[in-house]
Amino acid sequence: MNLKPWMAAAVIGLAGSAFAQDDSTLSIDGEEFVTETEAPAHLENVSTIYSGWRFRTPETQALQVDDFDNPAMIFVDQALDLFQQVDGTEGKSCASCHTDGPEEFAGLHAKMPKVVDGKLMVMEELINTHRQDAMGAEPWKWSGADMQAMVALIGLQSRGMPMNVAIDGDAAPFWEKGKEIYYTRYGQLELSCSNCHEDNYGNMIRADHLSQGMINGFPTYRLKQAKLISRHNRFRGCIRDTRAETFAEGSDEFKALELYVASRANGLDIETPAVRQ
Amino acid sequence: MKHVIGVGCAVALAGTIVWAEAVKPTDVVFEDGAVSVSLSGMPGDPANGAVLMNKGSGNCIACHAVDALSDLPFHGEVGPPLDGVADRWSEAELRGIVADAKKMFDGTMMPSFYRTEGFIRLGDAYTGKAFEGAEVQPLLTAQEIEDVVAFLVTLKEE
Ligand code: HEC
Ligand code: HEC
Ligand code: HEC
Repeated sequence: MNLKPWMAAAVIGLAGSAFAQDDSTLSIDGEEFVTETEAPAHLENVSTIYSGWRFRTPETQALQVDDFDNPAMIFVDQALDLFQQVDGTEGKSCASCHTDGPEEFAGLHAKMPKVVDGKLMVMEELINTHRQDAMGAEPWKWSGADMQAMVALIGLQSRGMPMNVAIDGDAAPFWEKGKEIYYTRYGQLELSCSNCHEDNYGNMIRADHLSQGMINGFPTYRLKQAKLISRHNRFRGCIRDTRAETFAEGSDEFKALELYVASRANGLDIETPAVRQ
Repeated sequence: MKHVIGVGCAVALAGTIVWAEAVKPTDVVFEDGAVSVSLSGMPGDPANGAVLMNKGSGNCIACHAVDALSDLPFHGEVGPPLDGVADRWSEAELRGIVADAKKMFDGTMMPSFYRTEGFIRLGDAYTGKAFEGAEVQPLLTAQEIEDVVAFLVTLKEE
């Protein structure tokens, strides 16, 4: 490989890319959010982590600043109704047992995914376990409207708390697997998550301003799709765009990837439900 | 003008050998990352090359800015701007870079446009499903590579 003149320029360009997110600060209803902080110790190639909010246009950013403007809140309201709604053979609603309301789940999102009895669990599974086992109700579809509304409602209870998933102990083997997936170059385009979200955040790829691919705002409301997008749906889209065979939503691979990606955001405040283009 | 030359060559070639045959993706010979012979055995069409820079499996401007294509919106910043690229690289080097950039730039993020092997979880285009066909098609055909290269050699600044 020969060193050509543009490479010097490219190195400068890359150094600059670390500043390509904007300087805005996010406060929602008067409360300030950490959208930029020192990277967690396990991250080798990145020194500062940023919320995806910092890479969005001022118009999109504004929609997240006031809950009255945030289109995701309609779905959160629907989830509040679902929480009270009796469903399944046991004649129960979530509220029958969780009598203090969803507020009981404050702090839970910050620690998800987590290992329970040797099994890596993500929020969708916690919810469906309760629907099936405690209520005798049909499980919800992973990326379905009801499921993601409920994930958003439970996530909202932790808004403003820093992400803090465990990566050691029981979680370690899952985390390692997720890390391996993150750095694998899939598909005919041979691109890994890290190619775009670690090596090129701050750069434009076609019309998209690349962020660090953080999940501290998920589920996010995507203006383009006018609905809440699950983490696994986002992963699927990103892998599909490399001309690869994706993994299924809810698969062991995506759950491990979710744990790893969540751990890259450790220290950033939870923004659920965030708004994206 | 270029078109006319292209057609003339094809006729001349057709006269001597039966027809120019494309070099298969698995048979391409790289020397220091460069490929000296036309992959299709034919000259490239720079006008079609410019179209491929923007659309379909080429989509080069997703990652590269090109002043000569400034009428098109949204040029990427992942790779270096391609202005003046023909001052920096010979035609053979450009052909090598477009056919399989990993031969020139170890581990580069630039996709290999004329390679059909060695992929992890190869999909069926952008469907997200597994590839199930018999023969993997490269991202660009031999002639499309030549067309893109013919466009790139026009990008001179000096
Ligand atoms: C029959 C009673 C019952 C019903 C109905 C029920 N839950 Fe639970 N839920 C529990 C109990 C008991 C726990 C605490 C023990 C545990 O984690 O399993 C719990 C815990 C949880 C947790 C927290 C788990 C953790 O790891 O901290 C979530 C989230 C949850 N429930 C959500 C729901 C939702 C959403 C619904 C309605 C779709 C629901 N539950 C319906 C009894 C119930
Ligand atoms: C070809 C480049 C590319 C690759 C490879 C890629 N992504 Fe993305 N990703 C994007 C683009 C473009 C967006 C939308 C803009 C942004 O937030 O970066 C995006 C968005 C995201 C988001 C949403 C971020 C937010 O704040 O809303 C997540 C999460 C994400 N990607 C995760 C991943 C993961 C995990 C992988 C690997 C499986 C991956 N991406 C691979 C291009 C890519
Ligand atoms: C996913 C992003 C990506 C795409 C798509 C892409 N490239 Fe590249 N390209 C790069 C990167 C990154 C480099 C820098 C090489 C390195 O990694 O050192 C590069 C380098 C080059 C170079 C050498 C540039 C110079 O100035 O020395 C040429 C020529 C080139 N690309 C042409 C193309 C063409 C033609 C296409 C479309 C058929 C294309 N690229 C598509 C990322 C891309």
